[in-house]
Amino acid sequence: MHNRITASIGLVAAGTLLALAAAPTFGATSTDGQEFSQIERGRYLARAADCTACHTTPGAAQPFAGGRPIETPFGDITTPNITPDLETGIGAWTDDEFDNAMRNGIRPNGSRLYPAMPYNSYTKMSRSDVMAIRAYLNTVAPVQNHVVANTLPFPFNIRLVMRVWNALYFNPGEFKPDASKSAEWNRGAYLVDGPAHCTLCHTPKSALGGDKTDQYLRGSNLQGWFAPDITNDDRSGLGRWSIEDITAYLRTGHNRTTAATGPMAEEIAHSSSQMTDGDLTAIATYLKSLPGRQDNPPPIPANDPAMVAGQAIYRDQCSACHALDGRGIPQLFPSLADSAMVRSSDPTSLIRILLRGAQSLATSAEPTSPGMPSYNWQLDDAQAAAVLTYIRNAWTPAAPPVTPHDVGRVRSDRETRAN
Amino acid sequence: MTRRLPKKDVVIIGLGWTGSIMANELTDEGLDVVAIERGPWRAAPTDFPPTYIQDELRYRIRHELFLRPEQTTFTFRNKMDQTALPIRSWGAFMPPNGVGGGGVHWNAETWRFLPSDFVLKTHLTERYGAAFLPEGMTIQDWGITYDELEPHYDRFEYLCGTSGTAGNLRGKIQDGGNPFEGARSRPYPTPAQPQPFSYTLFAKAARDLGYKPFPQPSGNLSQAYTNPLGVRMGPCTYCGFCEWFGCANYSKASPQTTILPVLIRKPNFSFRDNSEVLQINTDASGKRATGVTFIDTSGEEWEQPADLVILSAFTVFNVQLLLLSKIGKPYDPVSNTGVIGRNYTHQTISSVNGFFDKSKFNFNPFIASGSIGMCIDEFNGDNFDHGPHGFVGGGYMGQVQTNGRPIQTSPVPPGTPAWGAKWKEAVRDNYLSNVVPGTGVHGSFYSYRDIYLDLDPTYKDRFGRPLMRITMDFHENEIKQNAFLTDKFAEIITAMGAKQIAKHPRTAPYDITQYQTTHVCGGAIMGNDRPTSAVNRYLQHWDVPNLFVLGASAYPQNAGYNPTNTLCALAYWSADAIRNQYLKNPGPLVDA
Repeated sequence: MHNRITASIGLVAAGTLLALAAAPTFGATSTDGQEFSQIERGRYLARAADCTACHTTPGAAQPFAGGRPIETPFGDITTPNITPDLETGIGAWTDDEFDNAMRNGIRPNGSRLYPAMPYNSYTKMSRSDVMAIRAYLNTVAPVQNHVVANTLPFPFNIRLVMRVWNALYFNPGEFKPDASKSAEWNRGAYLVDGPAHCTLCHTPKSALGGDKTDQYLRGSNLQGWFAPDITNDDRSGLGRWSIEDITAYLRTGHNRTTAATGPMAEEIAHSSSQMTDGDLTAIATYLKSLPGRQDNPPPIPANDPAMVAGQAIYRDQCSACHALDGRGIPQLFPSLADSAMVRSSDPTSLIRILLRGAQSLATSAEPTSPGMPSYNWQLDDAQAAAVLTYIRNAWTPAAPPVTPHDVGRVRSDRETRAN
Repeated sequence: MTRRLPKKDVVIIGLGWTGSIMANELTDEGLDVVAIERGPWRAAPTDFPPTYIQDELRYRIRHELFLRPEQTTFTFRNKMDQTALPIRSWGAFMPPNGVGGGGVHWNAETWRFLPSDFVLKTHLTERYGAAFLPEGMTIQDWGITYDELEPHYDRFEYLCGTSGTAGNLRGKIQDGGNPFEGARSRPYPTPAQPQPFSYTLFAKAARDLGYKPFPQPSGNLSQAYTNPLGVRMGPCTYCGFCEWFGCANYSKASPQTTILPVLIRKPNFSFRDNSEVLQINTDASGKRATGVTFIDTSGEEWEQPADLVILSAFTVFNVQLLLLSKIGKPYDPVSNTGVIGRNYTHQTISSVNGFFDKSKFNFNPFIASGSIGMCIDEFNGDNFDHGPHGFVGGGYMGQVQTNGRPIQTSPVPPGTPAWGAKWKEAVRDNYLSNVVPGTGVHGSFYSYRDIYLDLDPTYKDRFGRPLMRITMDFHENEIKQNAFLTDKFAEIITAMGAKQIAKHPRTAPYDITQYQTTHVCGGAIMGNDRPTSAVNRYLQHWDVPNLFVLGASAYPQNAGYNPTNTLCALAYWSADAIRNQYLKNPGPLVDA
C-alpha cells in the first residue's frame, strides 16, 4: 500500500506538465482505467468536483475514507468511504454502479442517495468524465473504514422518500452546450452546474431541499452561513468584480477587495485553487453572464439613530483596519465599501463574522491569512445591528437594515454550531 | 526515560526572530528543520486581536506575553563579593517567551550600528590611544565589518518593510536622514512614518540648535507593504499599544507578520511548542553536537537528534544552555580566562520629561507608535570627539515617546505632591501637554572584566538546574557618558519651549528592578580568536562546529542603538555562511 502511494506520487510529479495539458480537455474519450492520462484527468475532475470536501475528514491522514458529518436541514449525514477498499469502500463496485451513483443517485443495492451528494449536478458530466474520476479513485490508498452513512432522523431515514424528491427536483442528463455562446461560456456553465456543483450551496432551497430554480445562484442560507449571490447582481452579487477579481479569489482566496473564509475557504483550498486559469476564467465568464436581481433599496438616512450609533462604533472598532472610507487595504483587509457580502439580502454571514471573527484562507500565493477578531463579547445585539446597518448604507449601493433580532438569531447559533 | 525521536537535519532552539530567519533559510535549502520553543504557539489574529490587546494591566503590568519567573528566573548581584539573589518579578529587562519571542512585543525600532561600532577597539585605540580606555574595559572588535553585514541588514529591513529616511545612500549623504549612518545600498522599503506634533517640535528645536534630526527607523509601517516572501502588512494606526503587546493590525514587523505564515506551510518545517530544551548533547569527543534533549509539559523527556544545532534563544538563555551543556570554557573573571559568560552588557538609558503650557501645547501623547520619533545621532558611538570628555561611547537621543497609556503615563512636574487632590489636578493639567520620551537617551554599554554571567552556586530552576547568575554594575565611564548626553538632551527639550523639565539621568548602582530596555547582550560573543570569543565571525561555535549561536549574545559590547536589526542581520549572515560554505564542507569555517 505504501509503495502504491509512493509510486503514484512519483508518477504525478513526473507528469505534471502533461497532466495540466491533458486534464481539463473537454470530452476526452479514453476509457482505459490504467492509463496515466485517464487517471490524471480523473484527479483533476475529482478536484473540480471537490470530492475531498465531504469524503475526507478534516485533519485526517486518510483521503476519501469518509466519516465526516455533513449538516443538512434534515439532520446530519455522515459521508461514506469512497476509497477502493473492497469491504468498506467502493472497490467492489462495477463501473456501471459507480456511474449510476454519480449521475443518477442510485446505489448498487438500488436505494437512493440523498442530494447532499450532488448527483443532480454530477449528472451533467459525461460517462467518460465519471469513468476518469473512477480511474483516479482506484489509485488512492484503500482504507478500511466502515461508515454508517444514514444518520438522519425519521422520516428522512427512509430512502424511499427520495423517489418523490427525485420526481420533483432531479433533472438527469448530460450538459448540453448552448451553441449561441462561446466555448469559454459553455465550459464555465458545465463546470458551475456540473462537477463544481455551485448550486448545492448558492441556490436557495425549497422546504424539501430542492433548488428554487427561479432564484438560481442568488444565495442560500445553510450551515450557519449565507452562501452569497454569485450572479452578476450589482449590489449583492459579482457585479462589481472583474473576471480577474473572480479568478484571483478562486485561485488564491483573496482579491483586491475581499478574502475567503468559512466553507468557501475550504472549497478554494481543496478545489478551485487547483484548477487551471482557463477553467477559472470560464467559470467567471459564465457567472458574469447571469443577470441577477438588480434591485436597489433606498439608502437609510445618515441621521437615522442606528446609522449615527453605527458610525460611532465603526470609527472606534472597525476603521483601524477597514479604514474610515471603508476601503480597507487591498489584499489584506477587505473593502467593506466594495463588498457584496456586506450587502447580502440575508446578513447571516456578515453577522456571523462580526460575532465570531474569521480567519481568511492561507494559500501559497497569499500566505498571510489575516484574521478578523470576534466582537461577540464587546457588542450587544443593538450595537452589532447598528454598525452592520451602517456599513450596509454608508457607501453605495445601500442594503436593508440589520435588526437586533437578526443579530440575536445568529448569536444564539453560536451555542449549537462549532466554528 | 528519554525517548528518542527520528533524526532531523537541523534542530533550532527558540523560535523568535533569529530562529525563524534561520528556519526559513535552511528549509529553502531543502533541509528538514524542527524548531523547539519553550513557550506557546502564538498567531497574530488569535493571540493579539485588536479587540483586547490594548490592555495595559494585562500585558504591561502583569507581563502576559513574557516568561513566568516560576518557569525560570536568574539571580542578580552588582559586585563579585556580593551574594546574588533570585529575581521574582521582571525589572530591568523582560525575558520573552513563546513563538515570535521578543519580536512579538518589541517596539520595532530598526537601527543599524555604526561602521566604527564593529571595529570598536581598533577604532578607539587608533583615535585616542590605548591609555584612554578605562581600566577593566574589555571591548573588542566583532570580527566582521559593516560592509560585510550591509546586504544582510538590507534583507532584514526588506523582510520587515522598515519605514525610514535614508541618511547615506551608497556614500552620498541625504537630506532628512541620519548623516552618521553607514552607507546603505538602497533606500528604506517604505517612507518614514508621519510624525505627530511633539516629535516635529523636537526636530525643530534640534535643528535650531544645529543638529540634524531624522525620523527613527521604524518597523511600524507607514504604508501597506508586501515583503519578498509574499507576506502582506498594513499601515500602523498609531494605537499606542506596541511595546509589551502583539500587533494584529499587521503593521508591526514580527515573525508572525513577516515569516511564519510562509514557514509553517513548508512540508520540511515542523515545530514543538511548550517544549523546553534541557541541554545540547555532544558526542564523546565533545567536538560534535548530536542534537538536543527537551522536556514537554507532561514532564516527558525527548531526545531530538540532528546534524546541525542552532541555538537561538534569548541572550541569557543561550549562555545558560552552553554552560549547562558544558560546551566551551566558562568565563572566570579572576583568572580572566574562558569565554562563556564573558562580556555581558546591557544599555545606558535615561530621559528628560518636559512640561509645557497647556494653553499653547496639546501633544495628544496617546497618538503614537512603538518606533515613532525624531532623533539625533551627533552624540552616538564616536560621532563626536571624546577627547575632552574623558569617556567613550554614546547614544542616539530623541523624542521617541511610544504611548500615553493611562496606568503609566501620569507625569507631573517636580514639586507636585505624590498623591491626593493636588496630584490629580497636576495629572489632569499636564497629560496633554508634556513629553515623556521613554528611552530618550539610548546610550551604549561597553564590556568589563567584572560584568559577566555564570551559573549560580545556590539557586536552581524547577528541573534542578543552576540558574544564571548576573553580575553587573555601572562603571564610571557609562555614568559620565550618560550625564553628558542627558544634559545635551535637556537642552533640546528646553528649546522646544518647556516651561519646566525633569532630568532623570542614569546613576549607579545598576538597578535590576527598574526597566531600561530588553537589550541585554553578550556572554557568547563573536570574535577573531578562541581565547576571547565563544563563536567565530559566522556565529559558529569554535569548539563544536555543527553548533551556531544566534542573537545578541554574540555582541562583544553593546552600541548606542536598539539591537534587533543587527542580530537579525547576523542571523542572515550566518545562514548565508551555512548555505554557501558549511553545507558543502561541514567543519570549522575559520581556522584559528
